[in-house]
Amino acid sequence: MDWPLVLGILPQVVMDGLVLGFMYALIALGYTMVYGVLELINFAHSEIFMVGAFVGVEILLVLRAGGLLDPLNPFLVLLLIVLTGMLVSGLLAVAIERVAYRPLRSAPRLIPLISAIGVSFFLQDAVRLVESLWRNAFYLTYPSFPVFNKRIELGETVDFSVKSLLVIAASLMVLVALQFLVNRTRLGKAIRAVAEDQPTASLMGINVNRIISVTFLIGGAMGGAAGVLFGVQYNTVNPFTGFIPGIKAFTAAVLGGIGNIPGAMVGGLVLGLLEAFAASYLSLFTGGAFGAEYKDIFAFSILILILIFRPRGLLGEVVRERA
Amino acid sequence: MRFRLTRLVILLAVLALAVPLTAEAQGKGTIKIATQSPLSGELAALGEGIKLGTQLAVEKFKAAVEKAGFKVELVPFDDQAKPDVGVANAKNIINDKDILAVIGHLNSGVAIPSSEVYKEVNLVMISPANTNPLITDRGLPNVNRVCGRDDVQGEVGARFAKDELKVKSVYIVHNKNQYGQGIAEYFQDTSKKLGVQVLGFEGTEERANFDPILTPIKAKNPDVIYFGGEYPQAAPMFRQAREKGIKAKFMGPDGLDSSELVKLGGDAVAGMHFTTVAGGVKEYPKAKEFADEYKKKFGKDPEPFAAQAYDATAVALKGLEAAIKEAGGKVPTREAVSKATRKVKYSGITGSIEFDDKGDPKKATYLIYQVGKDWKDNKLVKRLEIAAPAAKKQ
Repeated sequence: MDWPLVLGILPQVVMDGLVLGFMYALIALGYTMVYGVLELINFAHSEIFMVGAFVGVEILLVLRAGGLLDPLNPFLVLLLIVLTGMLVSGLLAVAIERVAYRPLRSAPRLIPLISAIGVSFFLQDAVRLVESLWRNAFYLTYPSFPVFNKRIELGETVDFSVKSLLVIAASLMVLVALQFLVNRTRLGKAIRAVAEDQPTASLMGINVNRIISVTFLIGGAMGGAAGVLFGVQYNTVNPFTGFIPGIKAFTAAVLGGIGNIPGAMVGGLVLGLLEAFAASYLSLFTGGAFGAEYKDIFAFSILILILIFRPRGLLGEVVRERA
Repeated sequence: MRFRLTRLVILLAVLALAVPLTAEAQGKGTIKIATQSPLSGELAALGEGIKLGTQLAVEKFKAAVEKAGFKVELVPFDDQAKPDVGVANAKNIINDKDILAVIGHLNSGVAIPSSEVYKEVNLVMISPANTNPLITDRGLPNVNRVCGRDDVQGEVGARFAKDELKVKSVYIVHNKNQYGQGIAEYFQDTSKKLGVQVLGFEGTEERANFDPILTPIKAKNPDVIYFGGEYPQAAPMFRQAREKGIKAKFMGPDGLDSSELVKLGGDAVAGMHFTTVAGGVKEYPKAKEFADEYKKKFGKDPEPFAAQAYDATAVALKGLEAAIKEAGGKVPTREAVSKATRKVKYSGITGSIEFDDKGDPKKATYLIYQVGKDWKDNKLVKRLEIAAPAAKKQ
């Protein structure tokens, strides 16, 4: 075994894992918000995420075509695309709830799940159609910003890019803001009340439908932000981009205890780190017998083990209230 | 009971109508040529090129067969670059008695199982793009290709890296499909033989986040990263590698031979090298007219493999013509078409085509390119004509 190499890349692997983990966490928050209130797994969330990523790339490409991209401050541009992505994705989530979930609210639990999967397919192909007609291509590339690609060196062995830092900062900010919103505000109190007991909440004068719409707006907006940051981080997006990160983030939410906000964060980080470790180290430790392609098997095996021993997820029991 | 009877009557009526219809379709009238290539999904750019190249060739060369009294028709199939879809299409194809030749596929992993289906009825397949050695090394009498092979291509790439780029170490990543992993292994074998150090050999299906794969690569600091696979994965990987500060040169096989590589990879892929069995049409002087016609008709430049598909179709039509003559002007059997096609000698726009006894071209072209800032600026660095190696015993 090549120990100097194994230890030499360790800090960098942890760094890679954290960035990926925060990315998962940001998407997982959207699943958890909706689940906490409606006990519905919003499988269309991965497509809400993907739409956010497309909004970001479209704005950038239009700006570039108009020659406006270079003169503008990159951080300002980023803020613009993140906010627009959040807005569009948030409204899209509200619309989806209105059309696909609300009419089925009293139906058995599996029915809205199926309509969620339907919405998900619909959005994939709708984006594919629109982009094919509009650009004659649906694999789009984010223009790169030298400022965001600049690397910050920490010692000799670790470095990370400015954009990775942005992902981490955005994730933490969203987490804190959400915690504050849910636990400290009137709106948060209403959300918690609806999560606890819808009929009673409505008897207390809470407009349940409005609260549910607001929940979808917030969850969708976070998905949109995650989508834009994903695009900036990993460059290419296509209509099927959302599927894999969506599944992983959903897993992260379950791992942390679905319905629990800090749980989503913890779950995302655990999954991201596991994946990075497996991808970087499996082939080193097994002499090439198992390579990076087994990273998901490895990560998901650990997940199964954790869930066998803690079926409610890592933080599922510690914090009792649901989002 | 009465209700059931009516249904039975209707069913019978429908059947009665359907039978004469199919019988008529099976008559002497039409000969169909099928294409199989991905028309949707991420490789659609290349797959569509194959279909359009075939379409152009059918229109241009069908006269000889039409003179014998047949209508020639093109039926395109979308294999979605997926083996299961390719095989399902192949089953439909062999059940359509009018289809006497198949041009396809793009992906070796799809072509190999599909060609086993064609084999059941001895339906001739001519591949414009499949480079995996197993395509022809299985010795099927109906399977041919007009392009080179990965064992040769991998070796050409590895020799180029050693001799011209003067590299001492390489790190190999592949996409785990039959084509990508196959060529990565040939590249690795030759590199080892030449004394180039292989620092790693890694497979991945990842499409977005290559960080965890790139971290060990950065630590090992190879001279070259070789990606065995196709451009939708290669381009973002190379781009992230540059962003991560990896200084290695990049290389890849013909799966990278598409204008999309530059669109997705940007500056990161400018200056990298790739080997290919197709290349741009400007490398083939005789293909100029084809390129102009293609552009005029479809409004875009032909993608790599479109010219090869054009030649493959011309060969298929020659084979058909010979088989019809042999059958005395009647519809030839599929087996006869297979046999006649293997014997065709044809001077096409990509070179002269003649098959050896397992369906490989007697001489295939291998090209090495350096990618430019724009796809049009790609520079041809080297051009080789190499015969296919003899089949290895399996």
